[in-house]
Amino acid sequence: MKRIGTLVVLLFTIFVLCDCAAIAQDIDAPMLETGTTAVDSASIKPASEFWRIIFLQDYNTRIVVLSVAFLGAASGLVGSFTLLRKRALIGDALSHASLPGITIAYMAAPTLGLNSKSLTVLLTGATISGLIGVLAILWIRSTTKLKEDAALGIVLTVFFGCGAAFLGIIQNMNHTQPAGLEDFIFGKTSAIGVWDTKLIIGASLISTTICILLFKELKLLCFDSDFARSRGSPILLLDIALMSLVVLVTMVGLQAVGLMLMVALLIIPAAASRFWTDRLALMAVVSTILGALGGVIGAMVSTIFQNLPSGAMIVLTCSSFFLISLLFGTQRGLLPRYLRRKRVNWRVARQHLLRSMFELIEQQKEQASISANDLNRKAIVSLDSLMLQRTWSRRELLRTLSSASQDDLIRQRESGVQFTQAGYTEAARLTRQHRLWELYLITHADVASANVDRDADHIEHVLEPEIVDQLEDLLDEQDFSLPVPANPH
Amino acid sequence: MNAPLSIRDLTVAYHRKPVVWDVNFDLPAGSLVGVVGPNGAGKSTLLKAVMDLVPIASGKIEIFGKPYRAQRHLVGYVPQRESVDWDFPIDAIDVVTMGMYGQIGWCKPVQKKHRDAAKHALDRVGIAELATRQISQLSGGQQQRTFLARALVQDADLYLMDEPFAAVDAATEHAIVDILRELQARGKTAVVIHHDLQTVPQYFDYVVLLNMRVVAHGPVEKTFTSENLHKTYGGRLTLLDEVTEAMRRRERAL
Repeated sequence: MKRIGTLVVLLFTIFVLCDCAAIAQDIDAPMLETGTTAVDSASIKPASEFWRIIFLQDYNTRIVVLSVAFLGAASGLVGSFTLLRKRALIGDALSHASLPGITIAYMAAPTLGLNSKSLTVLLTGATISGLIGVLAILWIRSTTKLKEDAALGIVLTVFFGCGAAFLGIIQNMNHTQPAGLEDFIFGKTSAIGVWDTKLIIGASLISTTICILLFKELKLLCFDSDFARSRGSPILLLDIALMSLVVLVTMVGLQAVGLMLMVALLIIPAAASRFWTDRLALMAVVSTILGALGGVIGAMVSTIFQNLPSGAMIVLTCSSFFLISLLFGTQRGLLPRYLRRKRVNWRVARQHLLRSMFELIEQQKEQASISANDLNRKAIVSLDSLMLQRTWSRRELLRTLSSASQDDLIRQRESGVQFTQAGYTEAARLTRQHRLWELYLITHADVASANVDRDADHIEHVLEPEIVDQLEDLLDEQDFSLPVPANPH
Repeated sequence: MNAPLSIRDLTVAYHRKPVVWDVNFDLPAGSLVGVVGPNGAGKSTLLKAVMDLVPIASGKIEIFGKPYRAQRHLVGYVPQRESVDWDFPIDAIDVVTMGMYGQIGWCKPVQKKHRDAAKHALDRVGIAELATRQISQLSGGQQQRTFLARALVQDADLYLMDEPFAAVDAATEHAIVDILRELQARGKTAVVIHHDLQTVPQYFDYVVLLNMRVVAHGPVEKTFTSENLHKTYGGRLTLLDEVTEAMRRRERAL
C-alpha cells in the first residue's frame, strides 16, 4: 500500500518536472493579463475555447489546473489524517480566521515598505491570524466550560466579522482600484500566477512528503494517542506537525478555493474515500486522487463558465464524488450494503425452506415408523404444510421456492414440492449444522432450550465456516456421528 | 534487583480533586498483581500516572529502579478497549505492529519480519486467522486479544493492563489467563485492573485494593479478606470526597 502511495507521489513529481520545464520555456513569452481575460465577453466561452481549456492548450489554464491538482491531492491526503484525528473542523476555523490577517497585511504592507499585492505578504498575514484563531479556540476550550463546537463558532464568526469590516474599510479607502481581496473569500483560480503556482506546488509536495514519511506515526497518533504516548512518541509534536500541514495547504489554497470553502477540500475527499476501503493506506491514496480530480474538474468548469467562482465549483465537484461514494462505495456505500443484506436474507430464506422440507419429510417418516435410513427422499411436501412450518408470507415462500427450483435444489409439482438429489444433500447438511448449533447452545451456553430454535437460526447464517468446523469437531467427539443428529426438542 | 514497580507518595489530581492520594507500594517481581476497587477509585489513573500519561501532583514512580522515561521498552501497555475508535480503517495485524513502532524507528516502513512477529503474537492469543480482518469486524473479545497481542509483541518485563477482562467472552477470558500464567512462568510481572472480585484469588497472587488511596496490598491469601474489601467498597463518600465536591461546586458557581 505504501508503495502505491510512493508511486503516486513519484508520478506527480515527474509530472511537475515536465511541466516546470514547460513553464520555464513559456516564462519569457508575454503573459496574458491574468484575471481580466474575457470578462466583458459572454459568460460561456465559445466551443473552440472550450476544447482549448479541456486539452490544456492555454498556458494560463495549464498552470491553474496543475496547481489545483496539487492542492487537491495534498489536502486530500492531509485531510484523511485530520478526519481520523477528529480535528476536521480546525481547518475551517483556520481559514475563516485568516481574513483579518489578509486585510491587515494589505493595509500595513505599504507602511512596512512591502508590496501590498504580493501574495507572500498577504498569506503571511493570513497564516498569523489563522493561527491566532486556532489558539483562541484552544484557549476558550481549556479555560471556560464551553465545548469545542461553541468555541469554534465564536472564533470563526468573530474573526470573519473583523475581516469583513476591514475589507469594507479598504474599499472605502481606494474607490478607484478594487483590491482583489474579495477573491480570497470564494476563490478565483484565474488570479493564480506563475509564482503562486510554484508556491502551491511546493507546499503540496512538502506536505505530501511529510505525510508519507510520518505515515506510520500519524496512523498510531490518530488511532490510539495514549498508547503512542506510553511508547514515548512525541504526541504534541506530531499534532503540531499535522496542524502545520493543515495550515500549509489551507493557506496556499485560499486563493484558489477561497477561505469560505477551503475546509471542504480537507474533509470531503477523505470522507468520500472512507466508503471505498477499510485500509488507511488505500483510503489516503483514494482521497488524494479524489482531491486532485475534484480540483482539476472544478477549476476547468469555473474557467469555462466565467462567472462561477472556482471554490464553489471545486466543492461541488468534490461533493458529487462524495455522493457517488456514499451510494456506490464498495466497503460502506449504501447500495453495496443493501445488496449484501439482501443476499444474506435471500440465503437465509432458502436455508429455511430446505430445512423445513427436510423436517416435514422426517415427520412423515416418524408417523409411518419406517427405519432410520429409509427416508423418503422424493416425498412430495405440500405448500400448506410448508406454510405452517414457519412464519412466512405466501409470497415470500413462493419466491424462495421458485429461486430454489431454478437452482435445481427442488422440483415443483402440482401437489407440492420435491427435493432433487442435490437439494436433499444440501438440506441434510443444513439440518445437521442447525442441530449441532442447538446442541451446542443447550450443552454449553446455558440458553433455555425453548429459545434455542430462533437463536440458532440467526447464528448459523452469520457463522464463519471455520467456526462451524470447530463446532462439529467439538460435538463429534460426543458421539453425534450420525449424518443428522436427532432433533433435541 | 529492584522492584518492577515502586510507587512512593503518589498523588494525582484532576482540577484540584485528588483522584489518587498518597499511594505507596512496591510490587514483587514475577507476580500477577490484581488492582481492585470501586468505579472512580483511580485505578486507570494510577496506571496512566505510571506511564506519564497524566501529570502527577507529587510522588515518585520507578520501574526496575529507574524512571519510566528510561524504561519504556520494559513496559507493555494494554489500554481499555473502549479507549479507541474501533471503526478506524486498519486490520488486526496493523494494530499489533504498532507495538513495534519504537523498534522500527521513525519514518521507516514496517517490514516483513515485523509483520511475522505480529502474526506470531496474534497466534499466541489465538486469533492468527483474523490477522487481516478490519478491526470493527472483530468481536469484543477478539479486539481485546488484539490489544493484548500488541503488548506481547514488545516482549516487555512489566505489563500494565487496564481491564482486559471487561465484557469479554469466556474463551477470551481463558486465553488471557493462560497468557498471564505463561508470562509469570517466564518471570514477567503483570499489573491488571480487575472488576470481578470472585476470580481475584483464582487469577492473581498479589492484590492492591485501591479506593483513591491504597486500602491494603499484599499476597492474595493475606490481603484479600472480607474486612479489607469492606473498607475498599463500603462508605463510598468519604469526608475527603465531600469536601472536594463542595469546593468544586463553589468554584463552578463563581
